[in-house]
Amino acid sequence: MNETKVKKMLFILSKGSIENAYAAFVMANGARMEGIEAEIFFTFFGLEAVQKKKLEHLKVATVGNPAMHIPTMLGGLPGMEALATNMMKKEMEKLDLPTVSEFLEILSDSGCKLWGCKLAVDMFHLKEEDLIDELDGILTIGDFYARANAEGTHLLFI
Amino acid sequence: MKKLVGQTEVNVNEEGYLTDFNEWNKNVAENLAEEHDIKLTERHWEVIAYLQGQHQKEEPLSIRGIKKSGVIDIKEFYALFPGGPLKMSTLIAGIPKPKSCI
Repeated sequence: MNETKVKKMLFILSKGSIENAYAAFVMANGARMEGIEAEIFFTFFGLEAVQKKKLEHLKVATVGNPAMHIPTMLGGLPGMEALATNMMKKEMEKLDLPTVSEFLEILSDSGCKLWGCKLAVDMFHLKEEDLIDELDGILTIGDFYARANAEGTHLLFI
Repeated sequence: MKKLVGQTEVNVNEEGYLTDFNEWNKNVAENLAEEHDIKLTERHWEVIAYLQGQHQKEEPLSIRGIKKSGVIDIKEFYALFPGGPLKMSTLIAGIPKPKSCI
């Protein structure tokens, strides 16, 4: 088998749309499945993905997204986000993709570390009980850089 | 291509996966596992039997499927087959490497 040079992947999830959350989750899970270490740092709107009350309500961004192939003005109409999100969730179900909460559980069980960003947690006035139980802790960005402690570590901003 | 696994010659693809399941037996599995520093225990065999069963039923294998399997949970799966559990376990089980991204 070809040996990858990538040994550890550190992801920073900064956005709260469902497509960005899944991008981070699929890549982090994919890394673990290849025997690569993986960690995710949830910051700013990315923190929505680890808030108990919000994580199942992430939406597709329908405005400012040319790949939606609808005029931006239509994307802003009431209900458009929900419609696009439902359509995407149906397609995801067909592919047997886990839901957000199940994905987080899978990642945690797979040994992927999940971190909250201290600055963003303070800014949004979040308490520990607002965040999922699987969270491994709350870090500063400096702490997160310190996680890049292995040869072949890569850091990816989403 | 041909590969000598223990005392047996088997046909494998470029990633080392068996191309003919009829050539698989427990001895081949043990030798393949050993190449990856895995010593097969009773639990490994249970998982291998499950994976082969799923493959026979043409059920695609995924980590979500493992979670739902009732045979093993994800934590133990990673512990039994370090270094990429699904690709390692399928290699040892003599079945193709799963194509799914999940």
